[in-house]
Amino acid sequence: MELINYVEIVVGVLLIVLAFLAINSKSLIKAVMFLSSMSMMSVIGFVLMKAPDVAVTEAVIGSGLVTSLFVFTLLSVRKVGNKA
Amino acid sequence: MLQYAAIVLIMLGLYGILTQRNVIKIILSLNIMEIGLNLFIISVGYVTDGIAPIMTTNHNTNSLIYVDPLPQALVLTAIVIGVGTTALGLAIAKNIYSKYGTFELDEMEEE
Amino acid sequence: MKNFLALILTLFLGFLIMSSLNNNIAFPKFGEANIGDRVSDAYIDRDVTENPGDVIFGETDGLESGPANIVTAIVADYRSFDTLGEVTVLFVSALGVALLLGTKKQKRLEIDFHPNFMLRVGSKALFGVILMTGIYISIHGHLTPGGGFPGGSMIATSMLLLYLADDNFRAKVKGFKILESIAGSLYVLIGIIGLIIGGSFLVNILDTGVIGELFSAGIIPIVYVLIGLKVGSEISNVIDNFLTEEGA
Repeated sequence: MELINYVEIVVGVLLIVLAFLAINSKSLIKAVMFLSSMSMMSVIGFVLMKAPDVAVTEAVIGSGLVTSLFVFTLLSVRKVGNKA
Repeated sequence: MLQYAAIVLIMLGLYGILTQRNVIKIILSLNIMEIGLNLFIISVGYVTDGIAPIMTTNHNTNSLIYVDPLPQALVLTAIVIGVGTTALGLAIAKNIYSKYGTFELDEMEEE
Repeated sequence: MKNFLALILTLFLGFLIMSSLNNNIAFPKFGEANIGDRVSDAYIDRDVTENPGDVIFGETDGLESGPANIVTAIVADYRSFDTLGEVTVLFVSALGVALLLGTKKQKRLEIDFHPNFMLRVGSKALFGVILMTGIYISIHGHLTPGGGFPGGSMIATSMLLLYLADDNFRAKVKGFKILESIAGSLYVLIGIIGLIIGGSFLVNILDTGVIGELFSAGIIPIVYVLIGLKVGSEISNVIDNFLTEEGA
């Protein structure tokens, strides 16, 4: 029982640190990567709070699809910037 | 304690929306706030030593102590709506870039 | 100065949340919620009347709502109308993305990255596995964790893999649009059939069967598979819109 408490504290601290890094990092692509890893941490949080349905959904959508949408936006923009 | 971490995440997301001057960063802060809210709503229904709300051969009656399933159902739909709003916001950001050539709000006003 | 104001506003919000959490009798502390007081108690007993009976996995039959996964019972049965509205919201946002990014003459976005042989073959092998996992999760939504929403997202993820593996790949977008409208219309049609036969919109008209078996829970697996197809085709459309640009 005590081990789960420690895991909870580690996950909570990591969530806050990753969110802070995502907001404050200068490079946009690094910020998106921090958001993705934060989403992975929140999956562990959902599993610790006994919500397997939400954990599966967040693992597929939060760290897969949303990250890819951000990356595609940045990629298309970088190409236009080269042309100009 | 995950509930307090969720509240701090909501505060961090609001701070990001208020201070950032980049369109992508604003959408990103909105996502952080959404993750914090989802964690908070799930934490409302958590019961210590509760069982995940799925009946299996090991947990086979309804008289056991289950975790509250209602917040989980609400969050399940909220996550999918979140990807829709994020995609719409990113589409608007892409159109902004094709018009002004930048994501920074301060540089747009100069043109 | 602006940052300082934002910091003060944020700290005020945090103080407000914390103080209202501590002084509220109706709001339990973390981990001390009492399910017996809440409406969820009726959902766990699968009976919203006054005197619920015992539910035993693999034996009880003819329940009000049949799935072993209680979250599915809420999403696709008790609050199915809510889910219909949610799917509509997703449809409207996909429509907005198509309106903003879709132009008449489109070509595939060129990425500075050409997949080699291993990546192409590996992606095509993984595509089938991920697609099958998505369909499996959609069909077994009433027994195991998952359901229509993650299943549909997995179908969209497998399409994304095909986009990454091939430079010139473009999905048959028209097919996805037809699939999406058929799935959405069937969902509403099932609701109207329930209204005619059972007396209220989206009511369960089929036999709920023995709890824990694959062919149980009445219309819930059908509705969840429809939700999975609709979500998958909508998100695939969004991905296609993000990966195309104006051009010949």
